[in-house]
This record gives sequence, structure tokens and C-alpha cells, in this order.
Amino acid sequence: MSGRILMQGNDAIARGLVEAGCAVAASYPGTPASEILSSIDRWRKRSGSTMHVEWAVNEKVAFEIAYTAGISGLRAAVAMKQVGLNVASDPFLSAAYLGVTGGFLVVSADDPGPHSSQTEQDSRLLAMMAKVPVLDPSSPSQAMALAGAGFELSEAFGVPVMLRPTTRVCHASQDVDAPPFHPPAREARFVKDPARWAATPAFRRKLHDLLAGKIAEIGSWTATAPIRVNPGGAPAKAVVASGVAFAHARELFGELGLTDRIALYQVIQPYPLHAAFVEHLLDSHHEILVLEESAPVIEMQIADRRRVRGRMTGTVPGTGELLPEIIERLLSLFAGLPVPDGALPPQGGGRRPTLCPGCAHRSAFYAIRKAVPRGIYPSDIGCYTLGINLGAVDTVLCMGAAVSQAAGFDYAHRLSGKQVDIVATIGDSTFYHAGIPPLIDAVVQGARFVLVILDNGTTAMTGNQPTPGTGIGAGGETTAAVDMEGLVRACGVRFCRVANPDRIPEFVSLLKEAVARSREEGVAVVIARQPCAMVTLAARGKEPGAVVIAAECNGCRHCVDRFECPALVFDETSNRVRVDEMICTGCGVCVHVCPVGAIRRESAGERRS
Amino acid sequence: MNSGIGKPPLLRRQVVLSGVGGQGILFLSRLLAEAAIAGGFPVLTSETHGMAQRGGVVVSHLKVGEFESPLVRAGRADLLLVLKEENVPLHLGFLSDGGALVVNAADPVDAGPRNVAHTIDADALAVAAGMPHAVNLVLLGFALARLGGSAAGGIFCGAGEIRDALSRRHGGTGSRLAASFAALDLGIAHGT
Repeated sequence: MSGRILMQGNDAIARGLVEAGCAVAASYPGTPASEILSSIDRWRKRSGSTMHVEWAVNEKVAFEIAYTAGISGLRAAVAMKQVGLNVASDPFLSAAYLGVTGGFLVVSADDPGPHSSQTEQDSRLLAMMAKVPVLDPSSPSQAMALAGAGFELSEAFGVPVMLRPTTRVCHASQDVDAPPFHPPAREARFVKDPARWAATPAFRRKLHDLLAGKIAEIGSWTATAPIRVNPGGAPAKAVVASGVAFAHARELFGELGLTDRIALYQVIQPYPLHAAFVEHLLDSHHEILVLEESAPVIEMQIADRRRVRGRMTGTVPGTGELLPEIIERLLSLFAGLPVPDGALPPQGGGRRPTLCPGCAHRSAFYAIRKAVPRGIYPSDIGCYTLGINLGAVDTVLCMGAAVSQAAGFDYAHRLSGKQVDIVATIGDSTFYHAGIPPLIDAVVQGARFVLVILDNGTTAMTGNQPTPGTGIGAGGETTAAVDMEGLVRACGVRFCRVANPDRIPEFVSLLKEAVARSREEGVAVVIARQPCAMVTLAARGKEPGAVVIAAECNGCRHCVDRFECPALVFDETSNRVRVDEMICTGCGVCVHVCPVGAIRRESAGERRS
Repeated sequence: MNSGIGKPPLLRRQVVLSGVGGQGILFLSRLLAEAAIAGGFPVLTSETHGMAQRGGVVVSHLKVGEFESPLVRAGRADLLLVLKEENVPLHLGFLSDGGALVVNAADPVDAGPRNVAHTIDADALAVAAGMPHAVNLVLLGFALARLGGSAAGGIFCGAGEIRDALSRRHGGTGSRLAASFAALDLGIAHGT
């Protein structure tokens, strides 16, 4: 048995952070970064280190908490997905000017593809805009090493440092050595300096000068300099790659026999790109191909436009993931080899994601369409985005936008003298994250809509992290819990009711009442409260044979089309619906859905209340 | 590198596992990766997380031996393990000429002229045995029995290594481990 263990990229990042003495870590979950914080907590427990680890209410708050530890002399990290960095961009850009006294790492995970995100944006561009150095790991093991290297860089120059993994690093796993470790401990010490920590514009200008000077120096920091992985000679051609594109290229260099013909460099720090490297590159090679995801960050820093090929020249596709098949084609073209005629990898198609069997969001969406069939349905980011399959999600913009878009639809239509009924949906975690300010705004402006808060007591989409309403912390410890109804009422909402959406007839009536009230007195809130089926299932198991299809089933497809529970399967041969016993949870909600009453409960009494 | 004694040092295996969210693809790929590491091989995997896990198409890539990239390219997989039959046309393109296709299906599956398909109705077997959540292990047991472990042409490990990996995961004892072994053995019995 070897001493190596399998480690996911996010786990490796977490270990690297804890091993380097990270004392404060905060995050808001989002694919592909979600596992980092829970892993940090596991490594904290395993190493016995003293840390503050928290799931923050959103990325901005997470950033500010970790950053503040970084100006108190500690090592600290914040982790998020790339669109989370948008939320945290305000403190991010400012923190670059003020700098840190300890070590501060911003882990922003990008999702080229995108696989599970709204955009393919490149966090490195935001790092460039902020003048924050950024490290771009190509594998889990390198990500682990760069966590420590990032702290060293941060402390050497007193700046925040970004670690930018992508999905193929975060969600890759690799064998790594993981011997026991004892993280160094430090004492927090904030040294007052209002001219810096509370800098006015006059001081900001000076801080900007200082930052520009640091960035120039970081461009010659040897620990993060580009590496030529196949040393020897100065061939006419060179490939410059970073992140997982480098990993694909390195493997293909061997397979295509390019190792002795073309120079291959790995850029570890895409910004600021080392000045001496740019000079060396242009002095040594005639043609340069740049492979990076997902924006031309390295490419734009290599000045010679005639000799550099990449995304800016149209050589490398401008959007989408740089899959190894695409890189194989690009390298073959660049090397003058026959271009492989192989197809692109199998992608897309197949079964679409859907709400889980037993998911109460399905009940809520079904009821919304029943109660308000001609409504406009703004929605938000989470599992419940899948309400789109049920025709109950019309818009998804970004975290919290369901509430402001609901208000926006009301104002826009009111201008045209139209009365539209608007039913917005938002999850509990998303509501806490970004739904409260727009709710206050809507109340103040007198917007008329119904907001359904889908309160399943967890951040389900990203792996069931706790929300501020649960009273559970990142390490399972007890915390204070927010009272959602009290919070909604405190925002000025007069109609606020809590109900179980699985009781569909009652929930439909409640929604109708809420719509009527919203027409009269503005925003009405319905809290649809029922725990996530994944959590219930894990705790209680399922009830086999709870639901049966009676002989009355006439194959009308209403349940499969409008309720879309994966456990209800339409059998084309018999023209009837059957229950998939493998996945049916026995929740029995579908009993309310069948127009002819053919779906029946077998067992006595309802399990879920 | 860290090749174990008695193992062919240049063994390289590329495996693609395909299914839908909730079937345990992730668990299966990690289990295989852990067995590979225990056998002394370097390993790289790539997993599907996020929205696709809600019943959508889920794919794991697993590369055992000296590799740099975590992704299997089209036409390169030595083995395609399919937990949901409807995914076969979607992911058959990953298989190399002569690569093995192992499918959870009630009826024979057409793998085309360049590949051989091995099928087992793992759903029915797992349900009949009262362990509907262990379809993944039934299929794995079947694949190990059909293709052989360790030897050239086979998978990089045998049932023994998988049992060891399961033991490490479940702490060596308990009813969950026994159930996992039973599922694996059920698949093995049907592949032998």
C-alpha cells in the first residue's frame, strides 16, 4: 500500500491552505468551488489547528471577513466561484490598493464550458483589472503547492493574491502525498493606520502608485516564473500554456512527438506575466502559440502581434472549453503535422437534469402554475432553476435577481396600463445571499408581486451546505439562526405566510390569496417550507411501494409532462404511467396531480408533513 | 515514479464511466482510483458536479498510469462503463477500437463493428437482491469478472483490490461494507 491518497483539486487547495497556516477561511458555495471550505474544515480538524471557518451569507461578506484577518497579520483565504467574485468585486478592487499585512488568498474558480455556471468569464481578467497577481494551477497537486506559494507571494509584497483553478482542476482528482502536518500559528495584530485602512481619495492615488510598483516587481518574482518543461535549444516554435490547457498540451507533446521540436512553457503566474520571460520568448522563438482559459490574459501581455497566435488572432476558439481534442488539433496545425480528423468529444445531449424525486420545489412550481396560470415567473440560481422544466421559470439572471426582476416586470407593465400577476421564486440560501436588499426596495417602491421563498433549509444545488436559517456552522457546530418570517416582515412585507407546498390544494389556495393581496397592498411573501428530499431521504430512507398506479390511468401524460417526477415513467407500450421503484421516495405528492385519480397511496397515512 | 512491485510499470488505462445523477458514478470512479493508487499507479480523474447531478448526464474520466491531462479524448478509452443504457450512443465515441463496452441493460446492446458490448441487467438484479442503490457495484463486479483484473487487456485491478478499497472506505467492517461486497459479488457471479 503506497502512502499516496486520492485527492480532489478542491481538497488539495484546502489542504495547501491549512498546511500553510491559514487561520481564517470563508466561502459561499458555488460549483466548481463548493468543496473547498468543507475540506478546509476537515483538514482543520485533522491537523488540530485553530481556525475560524465559515459559510458566509455571500461572497462579498466572505471576502471582507477573510481580508480583515489578512490586515490583522494572519493568513486567510476566501473561496468562491467566478460569478461569486462579481459579487465580491467591490472589496476585491479596493483591497488591492490597501494591501495586507498577513497573507491573503482569493480562490476564484472558473468554469470554462460552462458546466454549471451562468458565464465563462475569466477571473484572471478581474485580477488584472484590480492589479492583483494571479496563479493558475494545472492539476490538484500543483494547486496544493500554489496555495502555500500564494501566501508567500502575498506576504512578500503585502498584496492579495488570486489562486484561479478551473473546473478541470477543482473536480479532477489525483494521487498525492499527504503526510501529517502541523500548521504554524500566529497571533492577530491589527496596527492602526487610518491613512491606509480608511484611505481617502488623496491617499488612494498614492496607494495606486505603490501597487503599480509592486506589480512591476512581482513580474520578476522567481518562485512563480514560467517554466520550460522540455529544456534544450531554441526551436523556432514555442507553445506557452497555463492551467489545465498546459496539462492537455504536455500529454499531447509526448503523444505527437513534439518534445524535441517545439519549446513548451508553463505559465504559473499569468498576471503579471514575467517581463524577462516575454523578452526571452520573443528573442528565442519566431512563432508562439498561447493556450489558456478562457480569456487571452497571457497573450495580451506578449507584445509582438505578428508572432503570437492565440485567441486574439482567432487561432484558438474564443469561447468554450479548451478540450484536449481541440488542443490536439491546434498543436498539430502549429507543428505542421497532419490534422487529426477525429470528432470532437461526445458532449451534450442525453437526459436533462430535473428536480429530484420527492423534491418539494416540484410541488411549489406545480401549484404556482395551477394558481396563476398566466403569470410571469422570475426565478433565481439554485436547484429550483430546474423549475424551467415545469414551465414555472421565465427568467434567471443572477443571484437575487428574482426579486428585483419581479418588481421590474411590475413597473414596466404598469407603465403600459397592464395588470400582470407575477410570482417570483427564490431559494432560502439565495434569499439570504442577495434577496433582502431588492425586497426592501420592492416594498418601498410599492411593487406588486408574490415572492415564493423555497425554503428547503439547505444550499442543495452545491451539496447541502447550511444556510443562515439552519443554526448550523461549517463544521457542524451550533450557531445562531435567522428567523426568516421575522426578517421578511422587518423588510416591510405585510402578507407573509408559511406553508408546506407538498399539500398542493392548500398551497394553491394560499397562492391565490397572496396574489389577490399583492394587487392591493404590494409584495406578498409565501414561504414554501419543506426540507430538501436529499436530506430527508438520507435521514429516513424511502418508503417502497407507497404509490401505485390504478387501472384508471388513461395515459394522458399530465403527470409526466406537468409534474415531471423522474419516478413517474411513461410506458409507451402499455400507454400508461408506472412508478420507478428504484427512485420513488414515497412522498405521495403525485396523488394530488393525476386528473383522474389513478395515482394512489398504498400505505396508510402521509409520511411527510 | 511509484509503480508497485510486480506491476507492469508502463500500464496505462483510460476509463470513462457514464450514467445519470444519483446512480453513484462519482463513487465508482473514486473507488477505482483508490484501487489504482493502492496498486502503485499514478491516477487522474475528472468528475461531473453541479446541476447535472440532479438526474442529468454524469460522466467521470479515469486515467491510470503516466498521464498529465485529466480528460480522456474521444476514441481513447479502453473501457466505457455505462450505468444508464440510453447514454450508450452519447458516449460510445470515447471508446478506442477494440475497447470494451460494459452496459447496465436488460437486452443486448449494439456496440458497432469495432467494439464488443457486455451487458448485465444490474437494475433488475439489484432490486431483486433488495439493494437498488448498489447498481454501480453490481456493474463493476460484472466488468471485473468479464474483463479480468490486472492482466494485459483487463482492468488495472481485480476484485480483491476493489474489496480492499471498499474496506478502507467503510472502515473495514459493518453492514454497509457487507452490502457492498454482496453487490460486487452479485455482479461477479453474473460475469463469470
